[in-house]
Amino acid sequence: MRLLDRWKRLRRDPRLAWTAYIALAVLLLALPFLADWAFGRAWVRIAAFALLYVMLALGLNIVVGYAGLLDLGYVAFFAVGAYFYALLASPQFDIHLPFWLLLPLGAGVACAFGVLLGAPTLRLRGDYLAIVTLGFGEIIRIFLTNLNAPVNITNGPQGINLIDPVRLGGFSLAQTHTVLGAGFPAVYNYYYLFLALTLAVVFVSMRLEDSRIGRAWVAIREDEVAAAAMGINTRNVKLLAFAMGASFGGVSGGLFAGFQGFVSPESFTLIESIMILCMVVLGGMGHIPGVVLGAVLLVVLPEALRYLGPLQEALFGRVLRDPADLRLLVFGLALILVMLLRPSGLWPSPTRRRELSADTGSAPPEMDTPDDDDRIRS
Amino acid sequence: MTTGYAPSGAPLLEAVAISKRFGGLSALTDVSVAVKRGEIFGLIGPNGAGKTTLFNVLTGIYPPDAGEFAFDGERLTGLKPHQVAASGIARTFQNIRLFANMTALENVMVGRHVRTRAGVLGAILRNPATRSEEAAIAKRARELLDYVGIGRRAAELARALAYGDQRRLEVARALATEPRLLALDEPAAGMNATETADLRTLLERIRADGMTLLLIEHDVRLVMGLCDRVAVLDYGRKIAEGVPAAVRRDPAVIDAYLGGNLA
Repeated sequence: MRLLDRWKRLRRDPRLAWTAYIALAVLLLALPFLADWAFGRAWVRIAAFALLYVMLALGLNIVVGYAGLLDLGYVAFFAVGAYFYALLASPQFDIHLPFWLLLPLGAGVACAFGVLLGAPTLRLRGDYLAIVTLGFGEIIRIFLTNLNAPVNITNGPQGINLIDPVRLGGFSLAQTHTVLGAGFPAVYNYYYLFLALTLAVVFVSMRLEDSRIGRAWVAIREDEVAAAAMGINTRNVKLLAFAMGASFGGVSGGLFAGFQGFVSPESFTLIESIMILCMVVLGGMGHIPGVVLGAVLLVVLPEALRYLGPLQEALFGRVLRDPADLRLLVFGLALILVMLLRPSGLWPSPTRRRELSADTGSAPPEMDTPDDDDRIRS
Repeated sequence: MTTGYAPSGAPLLEAVAISKRFGGLSALTDVSVAVKRGEIFGLIGPNGAGKTTLFNVLTGIYPPDAGEFAFDGERLTGLKPHQVAASGIARTFQNIRLFANMTALENVMVGRHVRTRAGVLGAILRNPATRSEEAAIAKRARELLDYVGIGRRAAELARALAYGDQRRLEVARALATEPRLLALDEPAAGMNATETADLRTLLERIRADGMTLLLIEHDVRLVMGLCDRVAVLDYGRKIAEGVPAAVRRDPAVIDAYLGGNLA
């Protein structure tokens, strides 16, 4: 709490805030070099993946965090974006569309899928919505696995290989470029591309949150009946949430395909959807900095836990337990502890924090909220 | 019906022969009411008489099984709640339904949704049109909070407000939709005498500013003092309508409230 107070004071002082922003910008720009130097090239790749997941988590945050619609099949939109890119920029059909065209188109296609999958669920709430979206997520994956016969479209479980690396004009991200004597290998280039797009996604999220549309989303989350009585067309506003959330997923998917050079249905399982939901919930639903933090932590933590092997060796002289087993155990334990100790997330929005302190402090007047179970947590 | 009260001028809201059934239960049977422009119309009746059901039909939450209703000459039957709100009827709820985790100001700003336009593109680009619309929304919301007397609570979460303030906030939020008819479902429920008196002052002021009010209320003193006309529902039927003084002497009304066989 003291840290948070200090942060609040910091934000009130514009000079200090600017210093913090500039420091953050420098850190983000220098991160590939720092990570590479300190932990090795693999960590630059992990940083790039963290950015992809930040985009995904922010997309799901619109659906779950703002509009309060529990979506357990969100990875479907990631898959749509990835396969859209893969099919139109690979030897699969020998189509090679440029990146600058594919990325917005992919976002648009994911948007359309968002509406398509959202439309039948409009009357559902809470648990029922979760089950149906879970089903949709699986349907997309199963389609991708089986669309190799009678006409081979997706190449089935083998996936699509040799996807074109991202090229921006004549600049290929897959090659090492030397600028001012510093070498920029492929993974660095992708990191910077992802960083730019992540910042764009953060910007769009912030703008949407503080707008007429953002308020309508939150109003629906809080009380759908009252929202409708205030003149909000709940159907359209919900579809808009699905579409916007899906478009972030589509962008992230396209980047993933170009970065990996390979996509297969395996990357889009239910557990991925659950991980993205964990990022949103653990970070702080509906709060952009919290969601970003949640995404980064949940990508970095499992990787960092690979060091459990060397750590054991250093402590006990030998490896007592296979780190592969311990990793998931510690990871699960960490998740449970966070949710127990910080039930509204690691970095909840200021209003949610106020809400919590109101719960523990002088008892506020009871307020009738008949739709409590419509929300995941209130 | 039992009084010689003759409404003059075209009614603002006219419901004709509304019926609504839930399974085997007739919640409303052939109920007709007409609310005139500028009046405070009260809807009273014992518990379970169908008052809230009528409200929910009028505001589009339930479709009626039979009957029609028109608002300012426009047919409203079968519209969805958001369309009813757009056409100019705003309501509050018997069991307060605020957006609990939004601030008081944000609650009222949501009420402006139906009268404003900005979409996703406007939100992202924040062009001059969107910015001036946002500023106007916030300004109007503050005015309304001041109007209902909770301007100083603007930054507090709705759920943290005192009960009476929550009721006021619901009124402010409803007024933000620029209604021509404000429908209040038991606004004095759970209030003490002072709060009820304050509420009455507020409602009279809203009416004096040109609003038409439709009011469900249990507090008989409030209804009798505030309403120009009242209709009494019992078991889903209208049993009386007229000026309060006449209605309270009506034998059918006394029967309904005191249990029939006493007369």
